[in-house]
Amino acid sequence: MPTSPAEPSGAPYDLAVVGAGPAGLAAAVTAADAGLTVALVDAEPRPGGQYYRHPAPGLGARRPEALHHGWPAFTTLETRLRQHKQVGRVRHLPGRQVWTIQQSCDHAGRWTLLTTATVPPHDRAAPGDQNTGEAPGESVPAHHLLLATGTYERQLPFPGWTLPGVVGAGGAQAMIKSGLVLPGRRVIVAGSGPLLLAAAASLSAAGARVPYVLEASSYLPYARRPGPLLRNLGKLAEGARHAAALARRRVGLRTRTAVVQAHGTDRVTGVTVARLDGDWRPLPGTEQHLSCDALAVGHGLVPQLELAVELGCATRTAPDGTPALVVDSFLRTSVEGVWAAGETNGVGGAQLALCEGELAAHAVAAAAHGETTAARTAAALRTRATRLRAFADLMARVHRPGPAWPQWLRGDTEICRCEEIDASSVREAVDTFGAGDTRTAKLLTRAGMGWCQGRMCGPAVSCLVSGDGSAPVSADRRPLSRPVPLVQLARHRPQGRP
Amino acid sequence: MRQTVDAVVIGAGVVGAACAYYATRAGLAVAVVDRGSPAGGTTGAGEGNLLVSDKPPGPELDLAQLSAGLWRDLAAQLPEGIEYEAKGGVVVAADDTEWSALRRMAAGQAAAGVVVREVPADRLPDLEPHLAPGLAGAVHYPQDAQVQPALAASRLLRAAQNSGAALHLREAVTEVLVTPAGRIDGVRTPHRELKAPVVVNATGTWSAQIAALAGTTLPVMPRKGFVLVTEPLPRVVRHKVYAAAYVADVASDSASLQTSPVVEGTPAGPVLIGSSRERTGFDRTLSTEALRRMADSAVTLFPILAQVSVLRAYHGFRPYLPDHLPAIGADPRVPGLHHACGHEGAGIGLAPATGLLLAQALTGEKPSLDLAPFRPDRFESEVQHA
Repeated sequence: MPTSPAEPSGAPYDLAVVGAGPAGLAAAVTAADAGLTVALVDAEPRPGGQYYRHPAPGLGARRPEALHHGWPAFTTLETRLRQHKQVGRVRHLPGRQVWTIQQSCDHAGRWTLLTTATVPPHDRAAPGDQNTGEAPGESVPAHHLLLATGTYERQLPFPGWTLPGVVGAGGAQAMIKSGLVLPGRRVIVAGSGPLLLAAAASLSAAGARVPYVLEASSYLPYARRPGPLLRNLGKLAEGARHAAALARRRVGLRTRTAVVQAHGTDRVTGVTVARLDGDWRPLPGTEQHLSCDALAVGHGLVPQLELAVELGCATRTAPDGTPALVVDSFLRTSVEGVWAAGETNGVGGAQLALCEGELAAHAVAAAAHGETTAARTAAALRTRATRLRAFADLMARVHRPGPAWPQWLRGDTEICRCEEIDASSVREAVDTFGAGDTRTAKLLTRAGMGWCQGRMCGPAVSCLVSGDGSAPVSADRRPLSRPVPLVQLARHRPQGRP
Repeated sequence: MRQTVDAVVIGAGVVGAACAYYATRAGLAVAVVDRGSPAGGTTGAGEGNLLVSDKPPGPELDLAQLSAGLWRDLAAQLPEGIEYEAKGGVVVAADDTEWSALRRMAAGQAAAGVVVREVPADRLPDLEPHLAPGLAGAVHYPQDAQVQPALAASRLLRAAQNSGAALHLREAVTEVLVTPAGRIDGVRTPHRELKAPVVVNATGTWSAQIAALAGTTLPVMPRKGFVLVTEPLPRVVRHKVYAAAYVADVASDSASLQTSPVVEGTPAGPVLIGSSRERTGFDRTLSTEALRRMADSAVTLFPILAQVSVLRAYHGFRPYLPDHLPAIGADPRVPGLHHACGHEGAGIGLAPATGLLLAQALTGEKPSLDLAPFRPDRFESEVQHA
């Protein structure tokens, strides 16, 4: 029975939620409403995740809501979170990342989350630096586990993509929301996926000139499958709102078009764009030069599944080629005692994440109270989640990278930025030395061995190894889900806290 | 599809690659078959140690010394880099008891021809400036070296291919063919039948399964180990540095978790931290207890590493035989079957000597070393009793 206080006393929480984005936040608040004690662990200093990103406090932003849709939904959740924290139902552990999750054999809670402090790269200690205040690792025991670990951005390389001024489309959004800074004054937005329209809208609202949005896919498939669209009129309205805003600001939208090269020496000064065929093959003779001082480029989002994969949760390939968790209609993963909500189950946006977070919390509460099915209130949520998921799947199918995009790579195009490995090295590992999978390609080239551990280059390496630009992104095993200082590995207490 | 060769090597890890390399150079027509990619098993999980320091005088040290010379030659001969580095090993003793035991072992190794240099405590900072103070002493083994194992295996395979070897990757051997008279006749995969009078079992930790396909037994078992990989650093650790206790751990027969610190820098920058041993089958779960002990002892040896971030942890399964020696050469129980496996944690180091000895056995040349200690059928009575 859920009786334990949500205090760092060592007693297990009823529920540990990893990630305080829309899904995790909604889940934590809903579970606490249902009487559970909750630990909410999140890498960021404030809740909201990548979607509800806060301006840095020093900037004195008066109207952060101007850059967000659905900000009132967020402030309501944040207020409820604050109330639950005050009465000790929820313990929020901001600025902490879970590096692994142990499964216990005893009754001190089934799961133990081992965490470390989030340290921004520029604050990291040099080797041997003894003066850094060592943030101790902390372990969080819990009976039930909910993963809402969100996504990172999928990047497909092209010649020049490492030039300063080339930023991720999601990264550009984050820069505006948290720093209120613009990546440039004349910004081209390119890649594929609904994030492009949102990024272009944010960029123009923040004062940048966005001459073009270049979408590699065609929007036609949306029209060919009107069912999910008609059942998601809200989504349609959102798209129409973005489109209207872009038209108002004279943003040109071109589909089946990609940036095939960025130009510049110290910084991007322009791009070559080309029309693509249905396989994303650049069409000869359609190249055109466009000038800009920044390029925001992204090819959708990839669910962040390290913790889930290490726990043994089954995955599937979502229609956009990214890996996603397999969950049932109560959002249970294939591992007993583990639920998942939001983007971990397939990229679907903030509304779906909020809905699934709430639904998962009801399901966990039912399990914690010994019931076999969630409360009736969950039925409406399930219907809504199913409808939104259908739309997400349609969208994912439309924006899956085409098989021929690697044709815009040159031999010297960098694939792995951390280790500076180019396309010809990866192709040599495959063609000359027999690498038939990303692991072997990594061992033979070092692609993916650097700081990001292949999160950035993994999708591209998969495509080069298989010779198919549409190849599924593999759900890599990363036993350490994030870097951990050696001293914290050395001092973490084994499970079975006093 | 049906093809005929002189020998089929099963396994494209470093040992199979070395067998193919030396057999091809000896003039044999060789085909290499692997169910995955080159270095896909234990080779890809190894640190690439070429060590003489951790081996007491005996057959394994003889093999290691033969190999050390062959690796030097290979580093010069293979066209592309294999990151060969003669960095040297430093074995440190924590107290006087360890120190005297270490010196005794080093004296025996010196008598067997190993270059050893005793380093008293006050000279340690010259050798490894960042070692913790308070150690009793160390022995420096300048012959210890390192290669990047996946690069080494893939370059050896490529060189064998250039001399005519055929490579069939991502094809699992489904059957070892045997004549009615009981002689080896080749192998079958989903894509082809490879006729050959000789099959070489170089499948490392999975060798017991191939032995079984050939109708015999080899008691190879997985001995799991973890490696921690740090962020890239300037060269703060110059040698391969490990505690004297490591030698005892390697030689132990215990199935439970053992850890002893092994710390080394690499040309690419990251520091590699080992080592752990446990016999828990092919269990792939992360042992946070193993990681904790490895990290703790590494920080004890090198306090400078305390705040350094570990980017990655991975595991591998060492192919363990009960007497810690590999199986090399002809299997008298199945004429034509040869083994080159069971090197435990020393497979990268011992690969060239293994390949050379095997090629000598196949061509009837006089072997560079006596193969008796490595006889594949030496466990026969134990297996029958088990």
